Amino acid sequence: MSASATREPAAKDRSQARQKAMIGDHFDRLARARDEGRKVVYTFVPGNLTELVGALGLLPVLPEINALQSGMRGKSAGYIAEAEKAGHSEDVCTYVKCDIGMMKSGNISPTGTKLPPPDLLLLSYTGCFTFMKWFELLRQEYRCPVAMLHVPYQTDGVVTEAMRAYVVAQLRDEVIPKLEAVAGRSLDFHELGRRLALSARAEDDLVRVWESARRRPSPIDAYFGGVYYVGPIFSAFRGTEDAVAYYRELREEVDERVRRGEGPTTPDGPLGQERYRLVVEGPPNWTSFLDFWRMFSREGAVVVSSTYTRVGGLYDDGFRHDPARPLESLAEYCLGCYTNLGLPSRVDLLERHIRDYAADGFFINSVKSCNSFSAGQLLMLRELEKRTGVPGGFIESDLVDPRYFGKANIENRVQSYLQMLDARRAGARP
Amino acid sequence: MTTTASAPDPAREILDRCRALVEDRRLGAVRAWKAAHPGRLAIGHMPIYVPRPLFEAMGCLPVGVFGGGDMDIIRGDSYFQSYICHIPRSTLELALAGDLDVLDGMIFPSICDVIRNLGGMWRMLFPDRYSAYLDLPQNFAPGLGGRFYVQELSRIARDLEARGAVPLAPPALLAAIGDENRRRAALAALDAIRREEPWRLRATEAYLASRAGTLVPAAEHAQMLEELGEAVRRRPGRLIDNARVVLVGAFCEQPPLELILTLEKAGCDIVDDDFQLGLRTIEGPIEVAEGEDPLAALARAYLEKGTATACRYIAEGTKGASLVERVRESGADGVVFAAASFCDPALLDQPMLEAALDAAGVPHTSFKFSENAGQFQTIREQAGAFSDAVKLWGAA
Repeated sequence: MSASATREPAAKDRSQARQKAMIGDHFDRLARARDEGRKVVYTFVPGNLTELVGALGLLPVLPEINALQSGMRGKSAGYIAEAEKAGHSEDVCTYVKCDIGMMKSGNISPTGTKLPPPDLLLLSYTGCFTFMKWFELLRQEYRCPVAMLHVPYQTDGVVTEAMRAYVVAQLRDEVIPKLEAVAGRSLDFHELGRRLALSARAEDDLVRVWESARRRPSPIDAYFGGVYYVGPIFSAFRGTEDAVAYYRELREEVDERVRRGEGPTTPDGPLGQERYRLVVEGPPNWTSFLDFWRMFSREGAVVVSSTYTRVGGLYDDGFRHDPARPLESLAEYCLGCYTNLGLPSRVDLLERHIRDYAADGFFINSVKSCNSFSAGQLLMLRELEKRTGVPGGFIESDLVDPRYFGKANIENRVQSYLQMLDARRAGARP
Repeated sequence: MTTTASAPDPAREILDRCRALVEDRRLGAVRAWKAAHPGRLAIGHMPIYVPRPLFEAMGCLPVGVFGGGDMDIIRGDSYFQSYICHIPRSTLELALAGDLDVLDGMIFPSICDVIRNLGGMWRMLFPDRYSAYLDLPQNFAPGLGGRFYVQELSRIARDLEARGAVPLAPPALLAAIGDENRRRAALAALDAIRREEPWRLRATEAYLASRAGTLVPAAEHAQMLEELGEAVRRRPGRLIDNARVVLVGAFCEQPPLELILTLEKAGCDIVDDDFQLGLRTIEGPIEVAEGEDPLAALARAYLEKGTATACRYIAEGTKGASLVERVRESGADGVVFAAASFCDPALLDQPMLEAALDAAGVPHTSFKFSENAGQFQTIREQAGAFSDAVKLWGAA
């Protein structure tokens, strides 16, 4: 998640440069995959099984990441139009339409290389119904096999033995055999364990980075900056030495800012004074990502925690991939992704983060494309205000459809919200 | 209607009863059932499918909740953004207005992210009332999805028992499955009448007759449908040269009855549909093998005989093949896609189904609706043009 479509050059950390190189290398590997006889698996971020894919020598492609990259590079509007011309409804998820449009336009990756078609679609049905429809659509286009993993929903915020056993049994009896058939070799559980151990190391460092935001000033922005931080661990790199090195470097970078008492790097360089500490619920808008970020950073608003950065794994509460329990821990990982949690659990998590990170407010970016996130957010807003006494803000936009990002309207709302926080501090009624 | 003005319609009384049941948002029939069965539970459920025999076997009345139709929405709208479909708004409106107070619980089956999240909202808004999410399996292997589904059903059975329902016993479940199969047979008989002689039973009438059954026990509904079948066979009818269409996409949020009527007036005989698909989700009878646990049989029926719909993962074969088959079986001239606005499952499915129809040379048209839609002129013109096209030229 390193690229940007900005009118003004954005400041970047060292870790971002490392990540950009990692992603470039991955797309190069994908471009060479056919020539080198490597097989390719398309899969999703939440509930991804990257260690399993990697242990079998397969290369993952993440269509969501391609879509958001297309949004950041100003290409998504054209891709969406292409899909809508082909009969896809204006009402549905724009990630799906962006991906379909990209495929119909030659399947050129965000870095400009051609993406190979999938040898298998690994459909991890975790927290998002649309994933299932997405890969049904892709299967119709690519005519390739699908491995489906149905991950039960955590209604009560509890992983029951029945849920865990169901996911483990699917992994063992269906998903792994299908992956092995594509890979042409058997899964080496020792290699899987090695990768899971690497994942846990990276996860330790990522959590350390998240927790740094408890400090004042926060050395990170856990939403706008956070989406870069989760790039490797949400995509092709969890369970690799590259990811371990990235998160070590990121942690050291953040530790260094802590020592210096500095805030996060923003698109305009280091943040000056930290004036507002916010928790954010919902994905960002990608088509105007840097504009959106600047609406906050230029006002001195820092996001100290966000839920979007937990969709690909929730590590804050102690979960780690465990080489001693490989399939069980993969199952628990899938079950624990943020959007696989019931609404009451999501509210509980946000409430904890508002308190633990000493937030002045919380903000919801409700995106049209994602009902998994969005349905219920207005009730979450009321409930969180009631429980915490902290005021919430609410805006609407979209993931990668620029038609749904009304810059002036959103900027007005953000500024009004921050002014309201000021007024409360001053003791005035908002 | 196709009956003459002078002859009384033999089906009128039953259809009037069905209409009264469907239009009563305060669920008077459910209140009456509870009064007649003190201590028994009425359990609401959202579309599409819940295994109703499980509830009936435990002495409960499963009650289909299909939103509020064209009722005014005030509070319900304040919980949802503009890009969310309509049924969760009106369902919350009904609940906040007290219209659903007669229900002792609500089941939210896994149909889509909105209905799933509505289940979470329900827990937060009505913490003292029972509600549960029913995670229908998307893996259809008996040892995987089947095993998980039996555990899901057992969990809900335990929940109900803890709230005063009769403990689940195999003989009672067997009897409830028998009632459900009788209902299914009666529905299938009515479906056959619609296919063969659509002037005898219009889609609007079949709709009311089917939906009424989500509010009464299966045996009572079966009786009603059997009587309706006999009554419509006595109707003096006449052949109308309409286009025969299959309607798909309206399996959750329901179109206004006037919209279905509009399609009929525009020259479409709806000979097959997926309105309130729940009662037809299992294709054919639920079979219990000799010595088989009826709960396992109920789960097996879902795995093996589940209708191909947008909410069910189609693991094998070609998407849309079953729709093409339905068109062939019903002798339809074309397909009308009628999805609720912002209905992810239906709208994401539609391009795949259209591709299958195109490959099979089946004409189709599409529009969107909302349960509270009040203007149908555009749809009438579109459906009329489609009907004319398929009748006159064999293609839209």
